Amino acid sequence: MKDLSVKVAGVTFPNPVIAASGTYGFGEDYAPLYPLNKLGGISCKGTTMNEKPGNIPPRIAETTAGMLNAVGLQNPGVEVFVNKYLPELKKQGNVIIANVAGATLEDYRNIAERLDSTDVDMIELNISCPNVKQGGATWGTSCEGASTVTKAVRAATKKPIMVKLTPNVTNVVEIAKAVEAEGADCLSLINTLLGMRIDIRTKRPILHNNVGGFSGPAIFPVAVRMVWQVANAVDIDVVGMGGISTAEDAIEMMMAGAKAVQMGTAIFTDPYSPLKVIDGIEKYMIENNIENLSEITGSVKPW
Amino acid sequence: MSYKCDCYKLIEKKAISAGMFSFTIYCPEVANLAKCGQFVHILVPGFTLRRPISICEVNRDKGTIRIVFEIRGSGTDKLASINVGDDIDMIAPLGNGFSVLDIADGKRIIVIGGGIGVPPMLETAKSYKKATALLGFRSYDKVILTKDFEDNGIETIVCTDDGSVGISGTISAPLKAELEKGDVAAVFACGPKPMLASVISLAKEYGVYSEVSLEERMGCGVGACVGCVCKIMRDGEEKMLRVCKDGPVFKGEEVIL
Repeated sequence: MKDLSVKVAGVTFPNPVIAASGTYGFGEDYAPLYPLNKLGGISCKGTTMNEKPGNIPPRIAETTAGMLNAVGLQNPGVEVFVNKYLPELKKQGNVIIANVAGATLEDYRNIAERLDSTDVDMIELNISCPNVKQGGATWGTSCEGASTVTKAVRAATKKPIMVKLTPNVTNVVEIAKAVEAEGADCLSLINTLLGMRIDIRTKRPILHNNVGGFSGPAIFPVAVRMVWQVANAVDIDVVGMGGISTAEDAIEMMMAGAKAVQMGTAIFTDPYSPLKVIDGIEKYMIENNIENLSEITGSVKPW
Repeated sequence: MSYKCDCYKLIEKKAISAGMFSFTIYCPEVANLAKCGQFVHILVPGFTLRRPISICEVNRDKGTIRIVFEIRGSGTDKLASINVGDDIDMIAPLGNGFSVLDIADGKRIIVIGGGIGVPPMLETAKSYKKATALLGFRSYDKVILTKDFEDNGIETIVCTDDGSVGISGTISAPLKAELEKGDVAAVFACGPKPMLASVISLAKEYGVYSEVSLEERMGCGVGACVGCVCKIMRDGEEKMLRVCKDGPVFKGEEVIL
């Protein structure tokens, strides 16, 4: 048995594979299959101050080696998360990241304040959701917006803050540096790329929202590139995500500079995929005589 | 709610009509849990998202379930190419099926199926002592499973849009005629939205309990991604509920189509 634990912004995860926000709900839906604490951690569904109904369906479209979603942050609100889901998840020994989304600066600040006195291990700032009209990625696509939210949330909580970055920008490195300067403890990237599919029989976009977030194996190389660029430019920890579906993908992402990874769409294809990735990472450690996963993080040797 | 995710053997495969396939899958642990109106979520190799397919029949003694599906695109086309003896990777059984109610003696239920909505109604009808099936299809070449209903002692009425077999037109007129008889305890339906709307409104008119099965583009299948929602009126408010976990079967009176 290898020690697969990793430390991200001071928080210890038993292994580096975290379920990505929006793909794992609040965990309970996958509980019939395996104990949730086999995962490194769970980033819970994006949570807003009040209940949010989300977008009109269809919200899902398949693509080659991926999918689009336009769920629009449907969630029961922060109080239901704190009172109903969080106690259950913590009781099972899970490392829990609360994913926080808002329309206004006030929203982000209020939710962060509410979570400050709870058992969440980390707050992931969702400033990158492409599927909501207000807030979401409108904050995350400029250095000014991203740093404003980070600063406000920093002042509202002592919890470690992970800022989730959108790839839908000209220069992701600038945004990463801007939020680092305002006190972000770590970064997660990439959120989904903005995509679109059209039904050629009806001439209608498949998604009622017309456009949506593109995820899955198809976006993996974009994610590796962005994680590599960002990890080289900041001093804080980076958690890599975007199309990871195998242990090889996860190791590649870590070599690019990620201390841990998040998996999302792959769980839809195979709910056991995070566990297979954890096993595969351990096998790689054994075969390559690796004692600590920090030996892999950032170990790429660029030409 | 309990479900499994594993690979199970395809033990029988039949083409039952043009582009329509019947698969019998050996999966005792799934068959033990499965109820009428639930579905399985199948991984077709090479595709990111699984395909939700309703359960047509459950045989606990043999440890099998049967599914019937239509080739609609590249995913179901690939699924149809799986051979007997091959493994099928599925999450199952999923969702809330049709209610199996205690029906007073002398009463019966009506199951209504439209096109590829017919298969889940077979197991549903079989779950009751006395059932009538009202099955609607586009035309004679699309008719499926009528013999299966009849072989199970279910009175079966077929309608086709073009009148090429059975009653000409939709199921609405024959459903009204059946409800008029006054011995219907409940109606259960799966099919296109206009058909469901007609079933819900006729059931309401006759004061008969109804349930309908809904469909939406689906992601995870287990409730986590909140992708496949539909509008439901519950507890006095309009809610976006998940077809996969809160449904696919909802009370007719709750459904907003």
